[in-house]
Amino acid sequence: MSDATSAGPRRVGGPAAARTSLLVADARTKRRNAAEARFRAYGVIAIAVAMLALFFLMFTILRDGSGAFWQTYVKIPVAIDAAVVDPKGNRDPSEMDDVLTMSYAGVLQDALARWTADNGVEIEGLKDSDYAGVFSNQARAQLRNMVLQNPELVDQTVEVPVLAASTIDGMFKGRVTEASAAIDKRTSVAQFQLANAMEEKGALATRFNWDFVTQPDASDNRAEAAGLGVAIIGSAYMMLIVLVLSLPIGVATSIYLEEFAPKNKLTDLIEVNISNLAAVPSIVFGILGLAAFINFMGLPRSAPIVGGLVLTLMTLPTIIISTRAALRAVPPSIRDAALGVGASKMQTVFHHVLPLAMPGILTGTIIGLAQALGETAPLLLIGMVAFVTEYPAAPPEGLFEPASALPVQVYNWTQRADSAFFERASGAIIVLLAFLFAMNLVAIILRRRFERRW
Amino acid sequence: MNDMRLAERTVDTKGKPIKFSCRNVQVFYGDKHAIKDVDVDLEDKTVTAFIGPSGCGKSTFLRCLNRMNDTIDVARVDGKLMLDGEDIYDRRVDPVQLRARVGMVFQKPNPFPKSIYDNVAYGPRIHGLARNKAELDGIVEKALRGAALWNEVKDRLGESGTGLSGGQQQRLCIARAVATSPEVLLMDEPCSALDPIATSQVEDLIDQLREDFSVVIVTHSMQQAARVSQKTAFFHLGNLVEYGTTDDIFTRPQDPRTESYISGKIG
Repeated sequence: MSDATSAGPRRVGGPAAARTSLLVADARTKRRNAAEARFRAYGVIAIAVAMLALFFLMFTILRDGSGAFWQTYVKIPVAIDAAVVDPKGNRDPSEMDDVLTMSYAGVLQDALARWTADNGVEIEGLKDSDYAGVFSNQARAQLRNMVLQNPELVDQTVEVPVLAASTIDGMFKGRVTEASAAIDKRTSVAQFQLANAMEEKGALATRFNWDFVTQPDASDNRAEAAGLGVAIIGSAYMMLIVLVLSLPIGVATSIYLEEFAPKNKLTDLIEVNISNLAAVPSIVFGILGLAAFINFMGLPRSAPIVGGLVLTLMTLPTIIISTRAALRAVPPSIRDAALGVGASKMQTVFHHVLPLAMPGILTGTIIGLAQALGETAPLLLIGMVAFVTEYPAAPPEGLFEPASALPVQVYNWTQRADSAFFERASGAIIVLLAFLFAMNLVAIILRRRFERRW
Repeated sequence: MNDMRLAERTVDTKGKPIKFSCRNVQVFYGDKHAIKDVDVDLEDKTVTAFIGPSGCGKSTFLRCLNRMNDTIDVARVDGKLMLDGEDIYDRRVDPVQLRARVGMVFQKPNPFPKSIYDNVAYGPRIHGLARNKAELDGIVEKALRGAALWNEVKDRLGESGTGLSGGQQQRLCIARAVATSPEVLLMDEPCSALDPIATSQVEDLIDQLREDFSVVIVTHSMQQAARVSQKTAFFHLGNLVEYGTTDDIFTRPQDPRTESYISGKIG
């Protein structure tokens, strides 16, 4: 105890050479400081580029998509002619049901022609078809449904807002101009002028469009009626399945592999395979789902159950990897402490390790879910791209009925001709991003809630 | 080494019953032969200190006594370790049951991130030692008193155990170990993370614990071994070099290696 310390510290390099002033930085120090300053600048530039890209992305999406949340409606007095809608005159809805939707187009057309005359609007070259073209194809069905539900409306004049055509809607969103109307077959300059006159007199108005998030998809020539209702339900069902399946399976797998499994060739192989699965392209999972769940197990196509199962397979590696990382981050001293007082392996894991790993597990799970929510490619292969206008029923039956999904709906709408669908695709992206944002927020809140010091 | 109070509390250990009887114990970590041919009898109601240079195997041997080495995949233990005449490595022995009888305190204070009460009550709860809340309260209070911590924490049992100071945390860990009423208490360098004042509190505590438990303590500090123990075992390179009363080891070492170590020439 005394021998070792008697020698005392000895300087290694001998006496220092020329002593320099501390007030002047030497060349080496300057170089090091310059390198540090450069590195910081790179960091700031990188963050600036990332932020710029993000802002640009958000800006374009909001610019293109916000229009989808506003929709133009026509509101004029419509005289419901009994001769057209109830030729037999019995006011019997079952008989009136025989009258086709097409007939109601004439009712709307006449109503607008009368409104034009009554309001003294005079436009050169206005044809009958221009009147009809102001209304969405959906407007006839809207009016027909209303009349069938309330037969007493026949022979009355009603004033309800009905959807305007997407070309008219486009005029108010800057998508259609007088110049473009002149060369567009679906509209005309006269119709453009008529719409302007209608707006001046309050017969055309734009208002917030809840239907966009509640109504189902609509066909190619009715962009103004298309909504995300079925897609949101489909996505919600799939997330439900993914959560219910992948969380318990993933956490159980991780706990077993991390805490119980012996370390041998087999577990090494399993580990490598799990890591590899996380990197498999998502479309491969789509093929797998098609082969395994639809062709082999005979589950219905386009159903959330199949989409949910495929997304579960995709999410599992993410959850397993993040859960294992969270379990590994729990200090071994906690395990020792629990084992030391005689807790069994399982008590140690469930009483001490798991609660401490909870924030990490939840974060990983929600990030996995968010990934699954945005996944498109595998869903295309299992038929989720189908055109679905019927809402699926409540679970569990609804899980086996056709539905769409948010990202697929975006993809679907970008494929369509009418530029109104482009606006709706951007609107759907906004909805999708809102869901992702909400999920990440939940992840952050849960992490804060469960985080504990040790 | 002048300040060393040599075995002031030395008592006559002859005639004390033997708690742990170890014969021909070998421990392997993979290919490494960490403990070689250790034969030792640990007495009841006695503080036994394991001393030796780093890596000599004293902690490894300590962890054999409650089978904590089971948690290390590559570790393998051979030989006979008898607790009250029963082989603790017998296939029929459940290590969970063993660890309830052989408690352990670790080098770094490691309270659970739970309340002080729950820290102490955890062991009795999982072993079903209390039939109701009142009994559990009694056990917790007794354990905290036993660990000389009761007066400091009695008004804040609901607060987190991790909020205590280092010395208090270590005494909390001792209380936690004591709460399951073990017969043997293993301590793996319990004071190495503590300041001198906390160390002396824990040492006083160890001396009191001797009345109820058989205590085995691994320590780097020879002064500590001399202060708290009645028997001392010196380990070197996996061998048990010398074992005897603390008095004999520090004043009349038989082996030259022991002598070099306690005089500071090796280690």
